[in-house]
Amino acid sequence: MLKGEQLAFRYGADKPWILHQIDIEIAPGEAVGLSGPSGQGKTTLAKVLAGYIKPTAGHVTVARQPLPIRGYCPVQLIFQHPELAVNPRWRIDQILHEGFSPPIALLDALSIDSNWLTRWPHELSGGELQRLAVARALGPGTHYLIADEMTAMLDANTQAQIWQVVLAHARQHHLGLLVISHEAPLIKRLCDRVINLPFPTAPSILPTG
Amino acid sequence: MLSVRNLSVTFTLYAVGLTQRELTVITDLDLDVAAGEVMAVVGASGSGKSLLAHAVLGILPPNATVSGEIHFKGDLLTPARQTALRGKEIALIPQSVNYLDPLARVGPQVRRAAYLNGQNKRVATEAQARVFKRYGLAQRVAQLFPFQVSGGMARRVLVSTAAVGHADLLIADEPTPGLHPEVVQETLRHLRELADEGKAVVLITHDIEAALQVADKVAVFYAGTTVEVAPAADFAKGATTLRHPYTQALWRALPQHEFVALPGAQPSPDALPPGCLFANRCPLVTPACQTARPALRPLRSGLVRCIHA
Repeated sequence: MLKGEQLAFRYGADKPWILHQIDIEIAPGEAVGLSGPSGQGKTTLAKVLAGYIKPTAGHVTVARQPLPIRGYCPVQLIFQHPELAVNPRWRIDQILHEGFSPPIALLDALSIDSNWLTRWPHELSGGELQRLAVARALGPGTHYLIADEMTAMLDANTQAQIWQVVLAHARQHHLGLLVISHEAPLIKRLCDRVINLPFPTAPSILPTG
Repeated sequence: MLSVRNLSVTFTLYAVGLTQRELTVITDLDLDVAAGEVMAVVGASGSGKSLLAHAVLGILPPNATVSGEIHFKGDLLTPARQTALRGKEIALIPQSVNYLDPLARVGPQVRRAAYLNGQNKRVATEAQARVFKRYGLAQRVAQLFPFQVSGGMARRVLVSTAAVGHADLLIADEPTPGLHPEVVQETLRHLRELADEGKAVVLITHDIEAALQVADKVAVFYAGTTVEVAPAADFAKGATTLRHPYTQALWRALPQHEFVALPGAQPSPDALPPGCLFANRCPLVTPACQTARPALRPLRSGLVRCIHA
């Protein structure tokens, strides 16, 4: 179980709360949708759950253990813009193998061409880079995957291709998925249940000024 | 308003040392947009959608060679005319917040767009306030820097920069990804309103569903060429009404339909096949497809570039 309890986050004591008293649970094998207007803290919640940022209050646990501080994180996060998620000074080969060595079957399923491996990130399109980002995140240590608008910038065909691979992998390895998307048909297609932000329990956390 | 004929764009790159190689990223592209019309341009990334916008605006990098003809309001769009009209009669709604100056507050940037459009400073200030109100941006947002606005707000700022002037041709390059449906609807509605006022709108997007809400026609791009131009209504009727096998595959891939992907990838621009650019993934492929490029031909009140459609 990936669990966030009483999560709160703000950038400073004098700044407004971005997240406040948020409880969230994702079971292994479950696909949960997260939807809501921009500026409600969806991405911040994703970053907190994946250990990218430390919550101001509350804690995140995976199978009752806190997130590891070093090593491979069991909660992997895939962002909307893959070009910002890769090191521009690394070749594709190095980017792909940063966490582990993805099996050939996975690369084939994502149509990752072996010609790309010697290239630089700026030589690939967003759709091509996003496939690499997905392959890179589906390691043996991944138990939960957070897809933050993972396919919002991709065409329908690439979107379907990437999601079919992720869904098959999630079923096979019993991954928990958190799908952040604005696209209602996509969430309906992928998810068992949907959380809508802002949470009904949360007080007004937006700046009033 | 805008007519693009046989447009090709080739980049010359240095491979090793002084040896150059050429990449043809747009091949024989055709597109017609009339005043009062929203023309959606859909296709995968790398299909040449953004480059078309850059070619029309004349902002391609110097190593690009353009052939073919672009007409704007009946006259040939020469580089000199592009420079004169850019930002005035032809405006771009860019793809991302990276197109804004990161060190300037967003309000003055929108005012500057109006100012460069020929409005004086007072009118420009009023126009900026009006356009911010129109797109639901609070006045305090004008004081923020681009990095301080949320993704949704940034999009509205970008739309404001184009809508603040009096352009007749608006090219919106992916104005909606990652926005909440209500904001998407609003942005699209504003594009529709601009078209209804008599402007021509080119809506470049990969989001077919969003495009269909406001577009009159949809042009489908694949590997740098137009494979189909269809009335938007045809998409509501299902895959069999559509003309090109690639368009049909896109329709099937939508999450509300079959959510199945067509395997494979677009041909690489440095290894384009001599025949149809879609031949390596096409379910209808025959030897005739692999020898010559099919021409764009009229079919059922649309256009298609396929010999089997």
